[in-house]
Amino acid sequence: MKPAPFHYHAPSTRMEALQLLTELEDARVLAGGQSLVPMLNLRLAAPENLIDLNGVADLAGIVMEGRRLTIGAMTRQRHGERSGLVREACPLLAHALSHVGHQQTRNRGTIGGSIAHMDPTAELPVVACAMDAVVVLESARGTREVPFAQWSDGYLATAIGPGEIVAAIAFPCWPAGHGWAFEEVTRRGEGYSIVSVVALLSMGADGTVDRCAIAIGGLGAAPVRADAAEAVLTGVAPGDEAIAQAGEAASELEAEGDLYAHEAFKRHLAKQLTLRALRSARDRAHAGGTGHG
Amino acid sequence: MRAAPAMAETVPITIAVNGVERTGDAEPRTHLADFLRHHLGLTGTHIGCEHGVCGACTVLVDGETARSCLMFAVQANGRSITTIEGVAEADLLHPIQAALSKHHGLQCGYCTPGIVMTLIELQRDLAGEPITEPAVRKALSGNLCRCTGYQGMVDAALEVLNAGQDQEVRP
Repeated sequence: MKPAPFHYHAPSTRMEALQLLTELEDARVLAGGQSLVPMLNLRLAAPENLIDLNGVADLAGIVMEGRRLTIGAMTRQRHGERSGLVREACPLLAHALSHVGHQQTRNRGTIGGSIAHMDPTAELPVVACAMDAVVVLESARGTREVPFAQWSDGYLATAIGPGEIVAAIAFPCWPAGHGWAFEEVTRRGEGYSIVSVVALLSMGADGTVDRCAIAIGGLGAAPVRADAAEAVLTGVAPGDEAIAQAGEAASELEAEGDLYAHEAFKRHLAKQLTLRALRSARDRAHAGGTGHG
Repeated sequence: MRAAPAMAETVPITIAVNGVERTGDAEPRTHLADFLRHHLGLTGTHIGCEHGVCGACTVLVDGETARSCLMFAVQANGRSITTIEGVAEADLLHPIQAALSKHHGLQCGYCTPGIVMTLIELQRDLAGEPITEPAVRKALSGNLCRCTGYQGMVDAALEVLNAGQDQEVRP
């Protein structure tokens, strides 16, 4: 199908974009368009005004401030995937980005768009959940930061307010030598995942886990942290037995079934992928935490 | 009722398509695929699903693959687009086209323009480095083909992409 008619606006500065968003009624912001344009084509969305951010140059870019990797909302997923800075500071993120959609969609799709859309099966929110990322919002009134734990507001909905755009996502990076892994099960090898798991491990000199983060996507509207599984591993050596207990804990999370996967199957995947991710993260930490994908 | 924009509201668009500057007027809602096909008469770019899943409409935008059904023509203003019409040189097929033909990498041919654009980008990104079969299959995962079962196009891609540095890379 073809989109319903809309007024097209192409601001060249942030101020102009935010002004338009404040002044115009029934406006949607267009980033990479890899989720919004399908919705427009299918007429699931039919805004009167479309504000295209692609001409706003300073919304894209990747900077490291201390241990915080800040990625401008309009940064293409493919750019993040190939960025030397991202691969070095946050190999997990570069690796997970390589699983987003397909190369043809990653060339256009943006980091901010993915975080703003919050598809329940998307890869990027799972990484943001595990890393306690911060969503930086801007409006004509100013800037505010929302911790990722408070970002989701149900299915395809977020804490974003009227007149606000996602300006950047900030990822607090883990120390050098940490272990990481991203695991997912998809219906056909690529594309939408059914369940995906991110694991991050940091080990002390004595070989015990001093910090652990496990996030699981696909169980519900937004990714969740496997708190109980994290608690099992923290303070102990990440042996196979401890990892098995963490996997059991992950399988006890709540899951919603859908057309493709029953909730029991999703919880089974949560367990198996947690086991795989933790083993892989542990092995990477033992190897010095280096290496992309 | 919302005040719907008038259907006749059009914007002037200038795009370099296959190296030639082309102009036209289109509604902002006209996606690039329709602009190429209906306004410029370049019907080699095919439309399958029209919501970004099938990859038939893949073109190169400033050298990078993109779904032309997920981009509005107005967004391509001033950009450089390569379509399937721009990859062969006169009667000489692009090596990727020739290999697809040789290996029976197409049957009905509907998805083929998108497949060719994807493989052209892959060839450029590899810059002469060899590629494995799983990597070819991953690269082709964004292009749906319901005829071939992919084996022929995978064989074609492996032959061309692993031909080494002496293989001519076009465009």
